[in-house]
Amino acid sequence: MINRNDPEIGKKVLQKLAGLADQAARELGRPPVLMEICGTHTVAVSRSGIRSLLKDCLVLKSGPGCPVCVTDQSDIDRIILLSRQPGVVIATFGDMLRVPGTYSSLEQERARQAKAEIFYSPLEAVDFAEKYPGEQVVFLGIGFETTTPAIALSIRQARKQGLPNYSVFSINKVVPPVMKVLLSDSELGVDGFILPGHVCTITGRKAFDFISAEYNKPAVIAGFEPVDVLEAVCLLLKQIIERQARTVNGYTRLVQEEGNKKAREIMNQIFDPADVYWRGFGLVEGSGLKINRDYADYDASLRFPVEIDTVSSQSNFGCACGDVLKGKINPGDCPLFAKRCTPLWPVGPCMVSSEGACAAYYQYELS
Amino acid sequence: MCLGIPGQVVTVDRLKNWAVVESFGVQKKVSIHLIDEEVVQGEYLMVHAGCAIGKINVDDAQETLKLFEEAYFDKQE
Ligand code: SF4
Repeated sequence: MINRNDPEIGKKVLQKLAGLADQAARELGRPPVLMEICGTHTVAVSRSGIRSLLKDCLVLKSGPGCPVCVTDQSDIDRIILLSRQPGVVIATFGDMLRVPGTYSSLEQERARQAKAEIFYSPLEAVDFAEKYPGEQVVFLGIGFETTTPAIALSIRQARKQGLPNYSVFSINKVVPPVMKVLLSDSELGVDGFILPGHVCTITGRKAFDFISAEYNKPAVIAGFEPVDVLEAVCLLLKQIIERQARTVNGYTRLVQEEGNKKAREIMNQIFDPADVYWRGFGLVEGSGLKINRDYADYDASLRFPVEIDTVSSQSNFGCACGDVLKGKINPGDCPLFAKRCTPLWPVGPCMVSSEGACAAYYQYELS
Repeated sequence: MCLGIPGQVVTVDRLKNWAVVESFGVQKKVSIHLIDEEVVQGEYLMVHAGCAIGKINVDDAQETLKLFEEAYFDKQE
């Protein structure tokens, strides 16, 4: 395939970009501020050096795009309690293991007695449940529109195979409602958004049209190679210079106007929208996905009800993940960053997840 | 958490809804339940958490890169 990772192209674009950023800055009277809404973009922007190379002419912020990071503390605490239920094996994507809850993490629980297995795909967790009928496999349903169809498929598969020992603890979320919360924040000061290419593969471009139509901000759907991100930044700066606001598809090799209907059908067959808590944002209306009545027998929150004391579920002392996720501060502004909080000893989820802003800045931007 | 990984289709089983794709020299069986269109050997799929979420249009990828290069560098060179 083609090389969108080519450093030569990157270098040339960067020069061009700096010029565009200057023009945009003149238009705005200050350097333009752009925000990426996807953890994978956060990493791409940090790793490729784009953020630091452009830092004199353009601010690139990270938003609430890491599903692990936006998981509310109360949900982490519920997961910990779930892992303590007799017979339960927690099945999860790897990043969840080390996320610190109020009192413990899955990793710590595993060191005691709990069982937790890491899977790349929820479908593998279904195979695991079939292989070990004596275990109650609880998959941690975490992720945005990109991941939820795969989780929905796993539930369908478990029903098809008649597996009584597979269920999902859904903390799945959708992106548009939280974007609306961000956009309604008068202090945000973001001039344009880099939209998550793989979320949009499922939702389609149209689902994000409201950013330009209702909030008058430019937005560009981007792929994940460095050149894709640079291209998106160029397209945003051009809109800023020309005082336009459109939601543009910059990832046409994958994203369709209408998205992936089949995936959405499967998702809607199993999940209903719900009001859920996000770290840093609080309750966001219609932003969560709850397993519906028809599939209630696969809902781990019903199969293994756990009670947490929501009052005592508290973010770890001094952790500023909430403000990082809202783009209010940069990871480096957190007093614990790279001091008490490091990838080896993470205080908050943004330092744990490979897509977390704190982890990305720590790994690639600490000079 | 889980990255999208592009892979080229090696074999397809539409009845069971899976395909074997090759990414970076490694072959992996992935679900194609979420792909409504026909899936043909040699095509590229974007794979996320073990499921193909969309087809990658390689011609489009080349075309947009070309347009991008023209728009942004030709004048400078
Ligand atoms: S540096 Fe650590 S403590 Fe500070 S916001 Fe990030 S994860 Fe939380």
